Amino acid sequence: MLTKNAAGVKARKRLCMTVNGRAVEIEIDIRESLLDVLRDRLQFTGVKQGCSVGECGACTVLLDGTPVNSCIYLAAWAHGKTVVTIEGLAQDGKLTPVQEAFVDEGAIQCGFCTPGVVLSTTAMVDSGKCFTHDEVRRELSGHLCRCTGYQKIVDAAERALREADVAADEHPV
Amino acid sequence: MDHKIVGKNTQRLDAVAKVTGRAMYTDDFFERDMLVGKVLRSPHAHARVTRIDASKAKALPGVVAVLTPADLPKIKFATAGHPWSLDPGHRDVEDRLILTDKARFVGDAIAAVVAEDLLTAEKALHLIEVEYEVLPHVLTAEDAMQEGAPLLHENRPGNIVSSFGVQFGDVEAEFQNAEVIFEGDYETSIVQHCHIESMSAYAFVDSDGRVVVNSSTQIPHIVRRIVAQALGLSWGRVKVIKPYIGGGFGNKQDVVVEPLTAAMSLAAGGRPVRYCMTREEVFIDTRTRHGMKLHLKTALTREGKLQGIHMQVLSNTGAYASHGHSIAMSAGGKFRPLYDFRAIKYEPKTVYTNLPVAGAMRGYGTPQIFFALESHLDDIARKLEMDPIELRRKNLIKLGHQDPLTKNVVRSFGIPECIEKGKELIHWEEKKQAHQGQTGHLRRGLGMACFAYASGTHPVALELAGARIVMNQDGSVTLQVGATEIGQGSDTVFAQITAETLGLPVDMVHVVTTQDTDITPFDSGAYASRQTFVTGIAVRKAALEVRQKVLEVAARRTGLTPAEMDIRDRMIVETSLGRTVCSLGDVAMDSFYDRLLAAPITSDTSANVRINAMSYGATFVEVEVDIQTGRVEVTELWNIHDSGTIINPKLAEGQVHGGVSMSLGAALLEQMLFDPVTGKPLNPNLLDYKLPTVLDTPKINAAFVETFDAAGTFGSKSLGECPTISPAPAVRNAVMDATGVAFHKIPLYPQVVFEKFREAGLLAERSVQHV
Repeated sequence: MLTKNAAGVKARKRLCMTVNGRAVEIEIDIRESLLDVLRDRLQFTGVKQGCSVGECGACTVLLDGTPVNSCIYLAAWAHGKTVVTIEGLAQDGKLTPVQEAFVDEGAIQCGFCTPGVVLSTTAMVDSGKCFTHDEVRRELSGHLCRCTGYQKIVDAAERALREADVAADEHPV
Repeated sequence: MDHKIVGKNTQRLDAVAKVTGRAMYTDDFFERDMLVGKVLRSPHAHARVTRIDASKAKALPGVVAVLTPADLPKIKFATAGHPWSLDPGHRDVEDRLILTDKARFVGDAIAAVVAEDLLTAEKALHLIEVEYEVLPHVLTAEDAMQEGAPLLHENRPGNIVSSFGVQFGDVEAEFQNAEVIFEGDYETSIVQHCHIESMSAYAFVDSDGRVVVNSSTQIPHIVRRIVAQALGLSWGRVKVIKPYIGGGFGNKQDVVVEPLTAAMSLAAGGRPVRYCMTREEVFIDTRTRHGMKLHLKTALTREGKLQGIHMQVLSNTGAYASHGHSIAMSAGGKFRPLYDFRAIKYEPKTVYTNLPVAGAMRGYGTPQIFFALESHLDDIARKLEMDPIELRRKNLIKLGHQDPLTKNVVRSFGIPECIEKGKELIHWEEKKQAHQGQTGHLRRGLGMACFAYASGTHPVALELAGARIVMNQDGSVTLQVGATEIGQGSDTVFAQITAETLGLPVDMVHVVTTQDTDITPFDSGAYASRQTFVTGIAVRKAALEVRQKVLEVAARRTGLTPAEMDIRDRMIVETSLGRTVCSLGDVAMDSFYDRLLAAPITSDTSANVRINAMSYGATFVEVEVDIQTGRVEVTELWNIHDSGTIINPKLAEGQVHGGVSMSLGAALLEQMLFDPVTGKPLNPNLLDYKLPTVLDTPKINAAFVETFDAAGTFGSKSLGECPTISPAPAVRNAVMDATGVAFHKIPLYPQVVFEKFREAGLLAERSVQHV
């Protein structure tokens, strides 16, 4: 469904995507960012807004498994895609191993960067690849954090990767 | 002392809420019919508004209200997050209006729009017509003090906000009799807090006609007072709610967006209005850390015994006072309980300029003072050919020292052990040996620096903390405090103190993390590293009161006296036999439902804390300097802290990591830049402002020397701000050790380092080759 605004631009669009495993169909303004749609329309407030211009990484979501800054990703581009926000990780109140690693390592302070970093770490774990210490740091370098000096965040990510590796050895696919 | 919960790594109470995205921050609350507020900002550093015409903006469909200075009370108010002072001579500087008709920096708030949506609000801003009479402006403290300099505030001649210093002993006599005298100049740059959550609030008028403000603040009770003052309301007509907050670091120890947000709602008939700053606005119109210029003159004996110091400080506070009048003064007092001077003359001048407003930031001026002092001590050691560690050791005060001015007593003094531990951990002597005779373009060096800090603000300001504990039917307790959890972990620490005192597991202490000034006990908030020390005393007091009441009910049941019993792991035991007499749950049920004697067990108390405790520590760092590029890399770093008993080691480490990283940012990367002609900010965003990323951050090692301070709960002292003080001078000293070049200004970003190396002749051969 498309309508035109005063300038004659087709301004509205019906967006179909999957968010945290559920099909979502919603009419959006084509100028809206994915961040705005997720937060303001769908109330996934775990997606955080820190800068709105792709500098801080707080608004990171997984788009078909890949971490993206949802603030500089038009919602319209998510049509037909699968989105995972921080709310989509824990199932039935049970934390994922990545979330547990962040809790156990004390990697959380104010918590504002946490959803994004946890999702980027989840993408690393889900990739099934091995990462060196420096690669982990590089992968997380799009997330700004002012509280932790990144120390325990990197510890948590490495712990999650290590544990996933052990789990994979125990249960080869 | 043997503790069950204090000293253990209790998991953060809010960890699960934060890792699942369920923790609600100010922007996560949505009200029906919510409007959006936006601000029109001055493009000039200094200008008088001669005309505002908002008629076109008001006519835009979707615009609900436009506010100009004429629409608001002409009440000047102070924004600094301090407790109110009954003494008019001790109050914060009242120099601010909600919107101004005289812009004092590029970005000063001139007008505001309330609209149905963001886009409409932004369009409306462009429709407001403003005419300015542009005035000459000043950007540096020196220029601002010149005769004939443009005046920012009419009642402040010379643009001086404050020049209140201290003096004891006879500094002039020390200089006359000195065996050696050293002088040095040092400078720090303007940096910013960069909490990842923006500065944000929303406000509405509730059904009782009260103004409700939900804000990302460290100081809800103070926000209530200042919103009321700024709007000319009775204080009780304002209610402030503080949910989870995404970092503060002192920026949110100031009242920045709340009065305007409340005014926007009032202008919109009480409808909810959200005012969330963009990142650029956070950089420009919240607070910064004061850039300071310091001149130090020190008298010593030939053996390196410090005699007297004259410290002159020029602090650039920007366009409004905020905390400016108190920061230079407060920070200048922190080195007195560390080094033993016979005479001190401390002369700060805090000066208005046409730059963004400087305010409180983690360390409250102390990082700047210690950057100068600890750099100066290394400069002295170098000239005296003394070991810099030895120079410091030789001049430490002694346990029991009483400050001549604050009268605070040093009851625990772990700095000698911190220094010893740091030396060992970094392998100081071995590395010194290994660094001998380096010649290549990569040179390594070692540096260290010490600091002292206080726990709260006594005796300068009121230190009042409130705590309320209510016992529930199952024997668990609900704890409310007015001090705010801002990520530092104070809620968890308070739960540990309560659980330890009441013989409960931590999961039976439910902490209400949201502050609501209608409900929450009075407390001035999160700042001055005061939560564990000051509020901890109130929490402990409340828990002891509850414990006594529990034992009194148990006495009724058992016939024993309260003194003969204890609470251990949810059970009431007869202490001498270790025999369980009943459960805490039994006592709790009696307290609620006993037909004759029921009286729920509660404590609602406060502590007016009139004592302080000095915290200490040191940074030991090794750097590698690339002579060819000017790049400084930290290869090893240790921060050793004496913060008394550590209540939660894992949270404490987290504080050290974050504080050190902030100091390294200031040492190597961060600075706000302004066009020297127009005063326009050049890098107000997280790309051009070089906030350290994970790739810029080295491994940070934290270690503790646990003293016991009798003043603090379970022997604890402050920690939160402490790690932000000594890393920067330690890095600077390490660069000097590596290269022989003394830097006097931070940050040491590659370009300035490179240029200084060239000046110093370190690059001479290369530049010849290059040409």
